[in-house]
Amino acid sequence: MVDILDLGAVEARVALDAGEISAVELASAYIAAAEETSGLNNYVALTAEHALEMAAASDARIAKGEAGLLEGVPIGVKDLFCTAGYSSTACSNILAGFTPTYESTVTANLWREGGVMLGKLNCDEFAMGSANETSAYGPAINPWQAADGADLVPGGSSGGSASAVAARSALLATGTDTGGSIRQPAAFCGVVGLKPTYGRCSRWGIVAFASSLDQAGPFSRKVADNALMMQAMAGFDPKDSTSADVPLQELSAAVTLGVRGMKIGIPSEYVLDGMDPEVVTIWQQGQDWLRAAGAELVDISLPHTKYALPTYYIIAPAEASSNLARYDGVRYGKRVEAESLDEMYALTRAEGFGEEVQRRIMIGTYVLSAGYYDAYYLKAQRVRRLIRNDFDTAFETVDAILTPATPSAAFPVGRKVDDPVTNFLNDVFTVPANLAGLPGMAVPAGMNGDGLPLGLQLLARPFDEATLYAAGQVLEDAAGFVANPTRRAGGVS
Amino acid sequence: MSVDKTTVAKIARLARIHVPDERQQAIATELNGILSWVDELNEVNTDNVEPLANVTGHSLPMRDDFVTDGDRIDDVLANVPESAGGFFVVPKVVE
Repeated sequence: MVDILDLGAVEARVALDAGEISAVELASAYIAAAEETSGLNNYVALTAEHALEMAAASDARIAKGEAGLLEGVPIGVKDLFCTAGYSSTACSNILAGFTPTYESTVTANLWREGGVMLGKLNCDEFAMGSANETSAYGPAINPWQAADGADLVPGGSSGGSASAVAARSALLATGTDTGGSIRQPAAFCGVVGLKPTYGRCSRWGIVAFASSLDQAGPFSRKVADNALMMQAMAGFDPKDSTSADVPLQELSAAVTLGVRGMKIGIPSEYVLDGMDPEVVTIWQQGQDWLRAAGAELVDISLPHTKYALPTYYIIAPAEASSNLARYDGVRYGKRVEAESLDEMYALTRAEGFGEEVQRRIMIGTYVLSAGYYDAYYLKAQRVRRLIRNDFDTAFETVDAILTPATPSAAFPVGRKVDDPVTNFLNDVFTVPANLAGLPGMAVPAGMNGDGLPLGLQLLARPFDEATLYAAGQVLEDAAGFVANPTRRAGGVS
Repeated sequence: MSVDKTTVAKIARLARIHVPDERQQAIATELNGILSWVDELNEVNTDNVEPLANVTGHSLPMRDDFVTDGDRIDDVLANVPESAGGFFVVPKVVE
């Protein structure tokens, strides 16, 4: 008997429909896996009883021939998504105890298609971070260990999601990506992560960070499983005014399309000074794989790439400072009592928000304040247009772009960094896609010399996720990546 | 453009975040580090470039202006720190 945890989502669906396994068995195995790997701190709430009820309902629907796309598939949910009746805190003390009375559109879509909720997953506070170290619940840990046995970060902000999928304590997981928060942790944990085109997945019911950049997306161990989940979670939603009424492509079919005749751009600006040579090697390897599969590689230029990070670190904090104004100690969440209303606001927010969140609110407040708005915020929005124009020009000649996903492999938990800017550099390859609103995918491509996963990133035109799945599958097949992190559930196979 | 302690106090006031005096200098230093880094954008010529606020290229949809939801006081107050008689309770605002 194969380990039930070995099944991918597509394979599990087949086995469930064939009656070889039940949804309750599958959910039970994942609950046990989450308990076995609880030291990774990737769940902030395991909703085992609820999962088993949902799984029993899935078994009943399968028996009646009424299975949805994800019927019986166990899914972890980033704590940024509101789940009705279940604590949703964005991993912040200011939302401690917050239990929404409504369900986010994305999670509602997953449950409508038969998905089974396992629980809520750790993340950086309000999704602000690249290592899952700003969480009020403490850091989530990467199931891949350093050669010396040290704990590594899973990346962030969706670190719990990537860690759980890699550790096999969730078959699939939701994430959100504002500057790389799906793709960077996916690369660090050796799993597949998609940031869809801005507007593909509804933002309704997701705790807002930077509204013009935020997108929800799927995590999985396999490209085909990712396509299945994306097919279920995406779609037009009138409740999100930026949701796009653009028909979704046949994503599950796209994974068989291959890349023959596809033109794939290689941007010269993504070669950085002092970049890890192993990252350069894996990038070259990816180019060779795509060429061997029939793609044509084209050198392209994205001249404003180096300005993407500073642009992002004006726009994202500006939007965050506005979005996070709602945490006022009045309507929900934490309150610190004080004599005056103003004092109550200031003390509540000082105690409720962590250091990184406060820093970003302060930067955002500054760049939006009288006298600085034009110099910072409007300037950044103008550069944002130039970054988008670079991509528009590139996509006149290429169908997709291949880059490294991250400048390095996962680093140790608690790494001391004096300068906040150093932490921002994790997102150097991922931020441009958010600024331009493009879809991007991270796919595991190989290992570095220390046995840690390295990922490649594919970017495509807006609303062309199908091309990412087609090319992503080619990379997955060629890489033959074997995911056996030390601390995964069910032992090492 | 350099941020000093006074500016930090002003930003903190605008952001409604209490920052103790002894933290203000450290925050000023951090903010200056970030701001001098983003100053790199001044190298870019953005004359005649329109700011990009909405990447979708779609204009926001309009709908008729009527109530679509309501009568859910219990839901709205389900998570409040303090309420009374169906209202939010805040510290006294008017003397």
